[in-house]
Amino acid sequence: MVSTLPVRDAAEIAGAVPDPELPMLTLAELGVLAGVEQQGAAVTVWLTPTYSGCPAIAEMAADVAHRLRDAGFTGADVRLRLDPPWSTGLITEAGRAKLAAAGIAPPGATGSAGPRGLLQLGPTRRLVHCPHCDSSDTEELSRFGSTACKALWRCRACREPFERMKEI
Amino acid sequence: MTDDHVYLTLAQGDHEAEARWAYGTGFADPLLGVDTALAPDVDGADLSRYCLMLGDDALVLAQRLIEWCTHAPELEEEVALANLGLDLLGQARMLLTRAGQADGSGRTEDDFAYWRGEHEFHNVRLVEVENGDFAHSIARLLLFATARLALYTEVAERAPDQVLRAVAARGAKELAYHQEYAAGWLLRLGDGTAYSAERMQAGLDAVWPLLDELFTAHEAELRLGLDPAELREPVLTELTALIERATLTVPQLPPLARVGGRAGREGVHTEALGRLLAELQAVAREHPGATW
Repeated sequence: MVSTLPVRDAAEIAGAVPDPELPMLTLAELGVLAGVEQQGAAVTVWLTPTYSGCPAIAEMAADVAHRLRDAGFTGADVRLRLDPPWSTGLITEAGRAKLAAAGIAPPGATGSAGPRGLLQLGPTRRLVHCPHCDSSDTEELSRFGSTACKALWRCRACREPFERMKEI
Repeated sequence: MTDDHVYLTLAQGDHEAEARWAYGTGFADPLLGVDTALAPDVDGADLSRYCLMLGDDALVLAQRLIEWCTHAPELEEEVALANLGLDLLGQARMLLTRAGQADGSGRTEDDFAYWRGEHEFHNVRLVEVENGDFAHSIARLLLFATARLALYTEVAERAPDQVLRAVAARGAKELAYHQEYAAGWLLRLGDGTAYSAERMQAGLDAVWPLLDELFTAHEAELRLGLDPAELREPVLTELTALIERATLTVPQLPPLARVGGRAGREGVHTEALGRLLAELQAVAREHPGATW
Protein backbone atom coordinates (compact mmCIF):
# COMPACT_ATOMS: atom_id res chain seq x y z
CA MET A 1 0.00 0.00 0.00
CA VAL A 2 1.32 3.37 -0.98
CA SER A 3 1.60 5.94 1.77
CA THR A 4 -0.23 9.19 1.08
CA LEU A 5 1.18 11.07 4.04
CA PRO A 6 2.32 14.59 3.21
CA VAL A 7 6.01 14.68 2.47
CA ARG A 8 6.44 18.40 1.92
CA ASP A 9 6.13 21.14 4.45
CA ALA A 10 2.71 22.83 4.43
CA ALA A 11 4.16 26.31 4.83
CA GLU A 12 6.37 25.76 1.82
CA ILE A 13 3.43 24.58 -0.31
CA ALA A 14 1.11 27.39 0.75
CA GLY A 15 3.82 30.01 0.36
CA ALA A 16 4.69 28.84 -3.16
CA VAL A 17 1.16 29.42 -4.53
CA PRO A 18 1.33 32.20 -7.15
CA ASP A 19 -0.68 35.39 -6.69
CA PRO A 20 -3.61 35.39 -9.15
CA GLU A 21 -3.08 39.01 -10.23
CA LEU A 22 0.72 39.12 -10.04
CA PRO A 23 1.60 35.53 -10.97
CA MET A 24 5.34 36.27 -10.96
CA LEU A 25 5.07 36.52 -7.16
CA THR A 26 4.29 33.81 -4.68
CA LEU A 27 1.96 34.51 -1.76
CA ALA A 28 4.97 34.35 0.57
CA GLU A 29 6.84 36.93 -1.52
CA LEU A 30 3.77 39.19 -1.60
CA GLY A 31 3.61 39.00 2.19
CA VAL A 32 -0.01 37.83 2.45
CA LEU A 33 0.84 34.48 4.07
CA ALA A 34 0.28 35.37 7.71
CA GLY A 35 0.72 31.98 9.34
CA VAL A 36 0.64 28.20 8.91
CA GLU A 37 -0.07 25.58 11.54
CA GLN A 38 0.44 21.96 10.67
CA GLN A 39 -0.73 18.99 12.69
CA GLY A 40 -0.30 15.69 10.91
CA ALA A 41 -2.42 15.78 7.76
CA ALA A 42 -4.42 18.80 8.98
CA VAL A 43 -3.21 22.29 8.27
CA THR A 44 -4.55 25.78 8.95
CA VAL A 45 -3.35 28.68 6.82
CA TRP A 46 -3.96 32.38 7.56
CA LEU A 47 -3.94 34.92 4.74
CA THR A 48 -4.00 38.71 5.15
CA PRO A 49 -6.03 40.46 2.40
CA THR A 50 -4.26 43.28 0.58
CA TYR A 51 -6.87 45.97 -0.22
CA SER A 52 -10.34 45.80 1.40
CA GLY A 53 -11.97 45.29 -1.99
CA CYS A 54 -9.39 43.06 -3.65
CA PRO A 55 -11.33 40.14 -5.22
CA ALA A 56 -8.17 38.04 -5.58
CA ILE A 57 -8.29 36.94 -1.94
CA ALA A 58 -11.06 34.43 -2.76
CA GLU A 59 -8.97 32.79 -5.43
CA MET A 60 -5.86 32.85 -3.25
CA ALA A 61 -7.72 30.95 -0.54
CA ALA A 62 -9.11 28.41 -3.00
CA ASP A 63 -5.70 27.88 -4.59
CA VAL A 64 -4.00 27.33 -1.24
CA ALA A 65 -6.64 24.80 -0.20
CA HIS A 66 -6.29 22.91 -3.51
CA ARG A 67 -2.51 22.77 -3.46
CA LEU A 68 -2.52 21.47 0.09
CA ARG A 69 -5.10 18.80 -0.69
CA ASP A 70 -3.18 17.73 -3.78
CA ALA A 71 -0.09 17.38 -1.60
CA GLY A 72 -1.94 14.96 0.69
CA PHE A 73 -3.21 17.20 3.46
CA THR A 74 -6.72 15.95 4.11
CA GLY A 75 -7.83 18.89 6.21
CA ALA A 76 -6.81 22.23 4.70
CA ASP A 77 -8.47 25.15 6.46
CA VAL A 78 -7.80 28.64 5.06
CA ARG A 79 -8.72 31.65 7.20
CA LEU A 80 -8.27 35.39 7.03
CA ARG A 81 -6.24 37.44 9.45
CA LEU A 82 -6.99 41.18 9.33
CA ASP A 83 -4.66 42.43 12.03
CA PRO A 84 -2.01 43.66 11.44
CA PRO A 85 -3.10 44.98 8.04
CA TRP A 86 -1.12 44.07 4.96
CA SER A 87 1.42 46.62 3.81
CA THR A 88 3.67 46.82 0.77
CA GLY A 89 6.51 46.79 3.31
CA LEU A 90 5.80 43.03 3.64
CA ILE A 91 6.84 42.30 0.05
CA THR A 92 10.15 40.45 0.24
CA GLU A 93 13.36 41.53 -1.49
CA ALA A 94 13.01 38.58 -3.88
CA GLY A 95 9.44 39.70 -4.59
CA ARG A 96 10.57 43.24 -5.37
CA ALA A 97 13.21 41.97 -7.78
CA LYS A 98 10.62 39.79 -9.55
CA LEU A 99 8.19 42.73 -9.88
CA ALA A 100 10.90 44.88 -11.45
CA ALA A 101 11.91 42.03 -13.80
CA ALA A 102 8.26 41.81 -14.92
CA GLY A 103 8.17 45.54 -15.76
CA ILE A 104 6.35 46.65 -12.60
CA ALA A 105 8.22 49.22 -10.52
CA PRO A 106 8.26 47.93 -6.92
CA PRO A 107 6.83 50.08 -4.10
CA GLY A 108 9.08 52.35 -2.06
CA ALA A 109 9.23 52.61 1.72
CA THR A 110 5.89 53.03 3.48
CA GLY A 111 5.30 56.06 5.69
CA SER A 112 6.03 56.05 9.40
CA ALA A 113 3.35 54.78 11.72
CA GLY A 114 3.32 58.08 13.60
CA PRO A 115 0.37 60.45 13.88
CA ARG A 116 -1.04 61.58 10.55
CA GLY A 117 -0.24 65.14 9.57
CA LEU A 118 -2.41 67.36 7.42
CA LEU A 119 -2.49 66.43 3.77
CA GLN A 120 0.26 68.21 1.85
CA LEU A 121 -0.46 69.14 -1.72
CA GLY A 122 3.04 69.48 -3.12
CA PRO A 123 4.00 67.84 -6.41
CA THR A 124 4.87 64.16 -6.18
CA ARG A 125 8.55 63.89 -5.33
CA ARG A 126 9.08 60.21 -5.30
CA LEU A 127 12.12 58.83 -7.07
CA VAL A 128 10.85 56.00 -9.24
CA HIS A 129 13.17 54.15 -11.57
CA CYS A 130 11.88 52.92 -14.91
CA PRO A 131 11.79 49.09 -14.79
CA HIS A 132 12.82 49.01 -18.48
CA CYS A 133 15.80 51.40 -18.71
CA ASP A 134 16.39 52.28 -15.04
CA SER A 135 16.16 56.02 -15.69
CA SER A 136 14.79 58.09 -12.81
CA ASP A 137 13.31 60.62 -15.26
CA THR A 138 9.79 59.27 -14.79
CA GLU A 139 6.35 60.76 -14.15
CA GLU A 140 3.03 59.57 -12.79
CA LEU A 141 0.19 59.38 -15.30
CA SER A 142 -2.52 58.14 -12.98
CA ARG A 143 -2.52 57.19 -9.31
CA PHE A 144 -4.94 54.36 -10.12
CA GLY A 145 -4.45 51.52 -12.58
CA SER A 146 -5.62 48.09 -13.67
CA THR A 147 -5.78 46.74 -10.13
CA ALA A 148 -6.22 48.44 -6.75
CA CYS A 149 -2.54 48.08 -5.93
CA LYS A 150 -0.99 49.68 -9.01
CA ALA A 151 -0.49 53.16 -10.48
CA LEU A 152 0.33 54.08 -14.07
CA TRP A 153 3.67 55.77 -14.80
CA ARG A 154 5.69 56.79 -17.85
CA CYS A 155 9.42 57.00 -18.47
CA ARG A 156 10.54 60.21 -20.13
CA ALA A 157 13.87 58.68 -21.15
CA CYS A 158 12.76 55.53 -23.00
CA ARG A 159 9.16 56.74 -23.49
CA GLU A 160 7.72 53.46 -22.23
CA PRO A 161 4.71 53.42 -19.92
CA PHE A 162 4.93 51.11 -16.92
CA GLU A 163 2.95 50.07 -13.88
CA ARG A 164 4.10 50.75 -10.37
CA MET A 165 2.97 49.20 -7.13
CA LYS A 166 1.71 51.85 -4.72
CA GLU A 167 2.89 52.11 -1.15
CA ILE A 168 0.18 51.27 1.34
CA MET B 1 -7.30 18.30 -11.07
CA THR B 2 -4.59 20.78 -10.31
CA ASP B 3 -4.64 23.17 -13.21
CA ASP B 4 -3.18 26.56 -12.37
CA HIS B 5 -5.73 28.43 -14.40
CA VAL B 6 -9.11 28.95 -12.80
CA TYR B 7 -11.07 29.31 -16.05
CA LEU B 8 -9.43 26.25 -17.56
CA THR B 9 -10.23 24.26 -14.44
CA LEU B 10 -13.88 25.31 -14.69
CA ALA B 11 -14.02 24.55 -18.40
CA GLN B 12 -12.66 21.07 -17.78
CA GLY B 13 -15.55 20.37 -15.48
CA ASP B 14 -13.97 20.29 -12.05
CA HIS B 15 -17.31 21.05 -10.43
CA GLU B 16 -16.47 19.49 -7.14
CA ALA B 17 -14.02 22.32 -6.60
CA GLU B 18 -15.26 25.29 -4.61
CA ALA B 19 -17.09 27.91 -6.61
CA ARG B 20 -14.49 30.34 -7.86
CA TRP B 21 -15.00 34.02 -8.16
CA ALA B 22 -15.46 33.75 -11.91
CA TYR B 23 -18.90 32.34 -11.11
CA GLY B 24 -19.36 34.17 -7.85
CA THR B 25 -17.27 33.68 -4.81
CA GLY B 26 -17.80 30.47 -2.84
CA PHE B 27 -15.88 32.50 -0.34
CA ALA B 28 -18.94 34.42 0.64
CA ASP B 29 -17.75 35.47 4.05
CA PRO B 30 -15.33 38.41 3.93
CA LEU B 31 -14.46 37.68 7.58
CA LEU B 32 -13.78 33.96 7.01
CA GLY B 33 -12.08 32.40 9.99
CA VAL B 34 -11.54 35.75 11.72
CA ASP B 35 -12.04 35.63 15.48
CA THR B 36 -15.49 37.17 15.74
CA ALA B 37 -16.08 37.04 19.50
CA LEU B 38 -17.51 40.20 21.03
CA ALA B 39 -15.67 41.90 23.88
CA PRO B 40 -17.63 41.21 27.11
CA ASP B 41 -18.60 44.84 27.79
CA VAL B 42 -19.85 45.60 24.26
CA ASP B 43 -23.55 45.76 23.46
CA GLY B 44 -24.04 43.72 20.28
CA ALA B 45 -26.99 45.81 19.09
CA ASP B 46 -25.00 49.04 19.40
CA LEU B 47 -22.01 47.56 17.62
CA SER B 48 -24.24 46.21 14.87
CA ARG B 49 -25.88 49.60 14.38
CA TYR B 50 -22.53 51.36 14.23
CA CYS B 51 -21.20 48.85 11.67
CA LEU B 52 -24.33 49.45 9.58
CA MET B 53 -23.86 53.22 9.77
CA LEU B 54 -20.27 53.00 8.51
CA GLY B 55 -21.00 50.11 6.16
CA ASP B 56 -23.99 51.84 4.55
CA ASP B 57 -21.94 55.01 4.05
CA ALA B 58 -19.33 52.94 2.22
CA LEU B 59 -21.82 50.87 0.21
CA VAL B 60 -23.89 53.82 -0.99
CA LEU B 61 -20.90 55.98 -1.92
CA ALA B 62 -19.34 52.99 -3.71
CA GLN B 63 -22.49 52.75 -5.82
CA ARG B 64 -22.36 56.46 -6.64
CA LEU B 65 -18.67 56.29 -7.61
CA ILE B 66 -19.26 53.28 -9.83
CA GLU B 67 -21.98 55.24 -11.68
CA TRP B 68 -19.11 57.25 -13.17
CA CYS B 69 -18.00 54.21 -15.20
CA THR B 70 -18.31 55.14 -18.90
CA HIS B 71 -19.22 58.73 -17.92
CA ALA B 72 -16.00 60.19 -16.48
CA PRO B 73 -14.20 62.98 -18.36
CA GLU B 74 -11.15 60.79 -19.06
CA LEU B 75 -10.33 57.11 -18.92
CA GLU B 76 -7.82 57.64 -16.09
CA GLU B 77 -10.48 59.31 -13.94
CA GLU B 78 -12.93 56.54 -14.65
CA VAL B 79 -10.39 53.96 -13.50
CA ALA B 80 -9.60 56.07 -10.44
CA LEU B 81 -13.24 56.51 -9.39
CA ALA B 82 -13.95 52.81 -9.90
CA ASN B 83 -10.89 51.94 -7.80
CA LEU B 84 -12.12 54.17 -4.99
CA GLY B 85 -15.54 52.57 -5.23
CA LEU B 86 -13.98 49.10 -5.01
CA ASP B 87 -12.10 50.05 -1.82
CA LEU B 88 -15.34 51.29 -0.25
CA LEU B 89 -17.25 48.22 -1.39
CA GLY B 90 -14.64 46.00 0.27
CA GLN B 91 -14.97 47.99 3.49
CA ALA B 92 -18.76 47.76 3.28
CA ARG B 93 -18.67 43.97 2.86
CA MET B 94 -16.68 43.51 6.06
CA LEU B 95 -18.72 46.06 8.02
CA LEU B 96 -22.11 44.61 6.99
CA THR B 97 -20.90 41.09 7.74
CA ARG B 98 -19.74 42.24 11.16
CA ALA B 99 -23.15 43.88 11.76
CA GLY B 100 -24.89 40.54 11.21
CA GLN B 101 -22.52 38.80 13.62
CA ALA B 102 -22.73 41.48 16.30
CA ASP B 103 -26.54 41.52 16.58
CA GLY B 104 -26.66 37.73 16.67
CA SER B 105 -29.03 37.59 13.70
CA GLY B 106 -26.54 35.92 11.38
CA ARG B 107 -27.67 38.16 8.53
CA THR B 108 -25.13 38.29 5.70
CA GLU B 109 -23.75 41.23 3.75
CA ASP B 110 -26.23 40.38 0.95
CA ASP B 111 -29.17 40.30 3.36
CA PHE B 112 -28.29 43.83 4.42
CA ALA B 113 -27.43 45.21 0.98
CA TYR B 114 -30.33 43.74 -1.02
CA TRP B 115 -33.18 43.08 1.36
CA ARG B 116 -33.54 46.21 3.46
CA GLY B 117 -35.81 49.08 2.54
CA GLU B 118 -34.79 52.68 2.25
CA HIS B 119 -35.76 53.53 5.83
CA GLU B 120 -33.56 50.74 7.16
CA PHE B 121 -30.40 52.24 5.67
CA HIS B 122 -28.31 54.24 8.13
CA ASN B 123 -25.97 56.15 5.83
CA VAL B 124 -25.56 59.92 5.99
CA ARG B 125 -27.36 61.86 3.28
CA LEU B 126 -24.02 63.18 1.94
CA VAL B 127 -23.23 59.85 0.26
CA GLU B 128 -26.63 59.30 -1.36
CA VAL B 129 -27.31 62.55 -3.23
CA GLU B 130 -26.94 62.46 -7.02
CA ASN B 131 -23.42 62.70 -8.43
CA GLY B 132 -24.04 66.02 -10.16
CA ASP B 133 -21.15 67.06 -12.37
CA PHE B 134 -17.53 65.99 -11.88
CA ALA B 135 -16.82 68.94 -9.54
CA HIS B 136 -19.82 68.02 -7.36
CA SER B 137 -18.58 64.45 -7.12
CA ILE B 138 -15.05 65.61 -6.27
CA ALA B 139 -16.40 67.97 -3.59
CA ARG B 140 -18.45 65.17 -2.02
CA LEU B 141 -15.49 62.81 -2.13
CA LEU B 142 -13.22 65.40 -0.53
CA LEU B 143 -15.62 65.98 2.36
CA PHE B 144 -16.31 62.30 2.89
CA ALA B 145 -12.72 61.07 2.58
CA THR B 146 -11.32 63.78 4.87
CA ALA B 147 -13.92 63.08 7.56
CA ARG B 148 -13.81 59.30 7.18
CA LEU B 149 -10.02 59.18 7.29
CA ALA B 150 -10.11 61.10 10.57
CA LEU B 151 -12.83 58.79 11.89
CA TYR B 152 -11.14 55.53 10.86
CA THR B 153 -7.92 56.77 12.46
CA GLU B 154 -9.81 57.13 15.76
CA VAL B 155 -11.79 53.90 15.36
CA ALA B 156 -8.62 51.91 14.59
CA GLU B 157 -7.24 53.01 17.96
CA ARG B 158 -10.27 53.19 20.20
CA ALA B 159 -13.19 51.08 19.00
CA PRO B 160 -14.18 48.41 21.54
CA ASP B 161 -14.23 45.70 18.84
CA GLN B 162 -11.21 43.99 17.30
CA VAL B 163 -12.79 43.41 13.90
CA LEU B 164 -13.92 47.03 13.61
CA ARG B 165 -10.46 48.23 14.60
CA ALA B 166 -8.86 46.04 11.93
CA VAL B 167 -11.30 47.16 9.20
CA ALA B 168 -10.67 50.81 10.12
CA ALA B 169 -6.89 50.38 10.16
CA ARG B 170 -7.00 48.85 6.70
CA GLY B 171 -9.54 51.42 5.46
CA ALA B 172 -7.61 54.45 6.74
CA LYS B 173 -4.73 53.70 4.39
CA GLU B 174 -7.17 53.50 1.50
CA LEU B 175 -9.02 56.68 2.48
CA ALA B 176 -5.73 58.57 2.50
CA TYR B 177 -5.48 57.86 -1.23
CA HIS B 178 -9.11 58.92 -1.74
CA GLN B 179 -8.54 62.21 0.03
CA GLU B 180 -5.37 62.87 -1.92
CA TYR B 181 -7.16 62.18 -5.21
CA ALA B 182 -10.04 64.53 -4.38
CA ALA B 183 -7.72 67.24 -3.05
CA GLY B 184 -5.62 67.05 -6.22
CA TRP B 185 -8.67 67.81 -8.36
CA LEU B 186 -9.87 70.47 -5.92
CA LEU B 187 -6.56 72.26 -6.38
CA ARG B 188 -6.45 71.78 -10.15
CA LEU B 189 -9.98 73.01 -10.73
CA GLY B 190 -10.06 75.66 -8.00
CA ASP B 191 -6.72 77.17 -8.95
CA GLY B 192 -7.29 76.60 -12.67
CA THR B 193 -9.30 78.92 -14.91
CA ALA B 194 -12.02 81.31 -13.75
CA TYR B 195 -14.57 78.90 -15.24
CA SER B 196 -13.19 75.76 -13.57
CA ALA B 197 -13.00 77.65 -10.25
CA GLU B 198 -16.63 78.67 -10.59
CA ARG B 199 -17.70 75.07 -11.24
CA MET B 200 -15.60 73.72 -8.34
CA GLN B 201 -16.99 76.36 -5.97
CA ALA B 202 -20.51 75.43 -7.05
CA GLY B 203 -19.72 71.79 -6.26
CA LEU B 204 -18.48 72.68 -2.78
CA ASP B 205 -21.52 74.88 -2.13
CA ALA B 206 -23.85 72.07 -3.19
CA VAL B 207 -22.51 69.44 -0.79
CA TRP B 208 -21.39 71.62 2.12
CA PRO B 209 -24.79 71.59 3.93
CA LEU B 210 -24.50 67.78 4.09
CA LEU B 211 -21.15 67.80 5.92
CA ASP B 212 -22.46 68.40 9.43
CA GLU B 213 -24.36 65.12 9.59
CA LEU B 214 -21.01 63.29 9.70
CA PHE B 215 -20.31 64.95 13.05
CA THR B 216 -23.75 64.42 14.57
CA ALA B 217 -23.53 61.56 17.02
CA HIS B 218 -25.99 58.69 17.13
CA GLU B 219 -26.64 57.29 20.59
CA ALA B 220 -25.25 53.88 19.59
CA GLU B 221 -21.79 55.27 18.82
CA LEU B 222 -21.77 57.34 22.00
CA ARG B 223 -22.43 54.17 24.00
CA LEU B 224 -19.45 52.59 22.24
CA GLY B 225 -17.34 55.49 23.49
CA LEU B 226 -16.96 57.15 20.10
CA ASP B 227 -18.17 60.71 19.46
CA PRO B 228 -17.86 62.04 15.89
CA ALA B 229 -18.45 65.60 17.16
CA GLU B 230 -14.83 65.56 18.35
CA LEU B 231 -13.76 65.35 14.72
CA ARG B 232 -15.65 68.46 13.60
CA GLU B 233 -12.92 70.97 14.42
CA PRO B 234 -9.88 69.07 13.06
CA VAL B 235 -11.73 68.08 9.88
CA LEU B 236 -12.96 71.65 9.30
CA THR B 237 -9.41 72.92 9.84
CA GLU B 238 -8.06 70.51 7.27
CA LEU B 239 -10.82 71.23 4.73
CA THR B 240 -10.38 74.98 5.20
CA ALA B 241 -6.64 74.74 4.52
CA LEU B 242 -7.24 72.71 1.35
CA ILE B 243 -10.04 74.95 0.05
CA GLU B 244 -8.04 78.12 0.65
CA ARG B 245 -5.02 76.56 -1.00
CA ALA B 246 -7.25 75.99 -4.03
CA THR B 247 -8.09 79.74 -3.94
CA LEU B 248 -11.75 78.94 -3.24
CA THR B 249 -14.06 80.06 -0.45
CA VAL B 250 -15.18 77.91 2.46
CA PRO B 251 -18.99 77.94 2.09
CA GLN B 252 -20.89 79.68 4.88
CA LEU B 253 -24.04 77.61 4.58
CA PRO B 254 -26.23 76.13 7.32
CA PRO B 255 -26.54 72.32 7.61
CA LEU B 256 -29.37 70.65 5.71
CA ALA B 257 -32.35 70.52 8.06
CA ARG B 258 -33.16 67.33 9.91
CA VAL B 259 -36.71 65.99 9.65
CA GLY B 260 -38.37 65.89 13.05
CA GLY B 261 -34.88 65.66 14.54
CA ARG B 262 -33.99 62.72 12.33
CA ALA B 263 -31.71 62.30 9.33
CA GLY B 264 -29.79 59.55 7.49
CA ARG B 265 -28.55 57.73 10.59
CA GLU B 266 -32.19 57.34 11.69
CA GLY B 267 -33.32 56.18 8.23
CA VAL B 268 -34.69 59.50 6.99
CA HIS B 269 -33.21 60.08 3.54
CA THR B 270 -33.48 62.25 0.49
CA GLU B 271 -35.45 60.87 -2.43
CA ALA B 272 -32.18 60.09 -4.23
CA LEU B 273 -31.56 57.01 -2.06
CA GLY B 274 -34.71 55.23 -3.23
CA ARG B 275 -33.66 55.44 -6.86
CA LEU B 276 -30.13 54.31 -6.04
CA LEU B 277 -31.40 51.29 -4.12
CA ALA B 278 -33.85 50.39 -6.89
CA GLU B 279 -30.89 49.90 -9.20
CA LEU B 280 -28.64 48.29 -6.59
CA GLN B 281 -31.27 45.78 -5.49
CA ALA B 282 -33.13 45.02 -8.73
CA VAL B 283 -31.31 41.84 -9.78
CA ALA B 284 -31.28 40.30 -6.30
CA ARG B 285 -35.01 40.94 -5.91
CA GLU B 286 -35.98 39.66 -9.35
CA HIS B 287 -34.13 36.40 -8.70
CA PRO B 288 -34.48 35.70 -4.98
CA GLY B 289 -32.00 33.15 -3.70
CA ALA B 290 -29.91 33.22 -6.86
CA THR B 291 -26.16 33.12 -6.37
CA TRP B 292 -23.65 34.67 -8.70
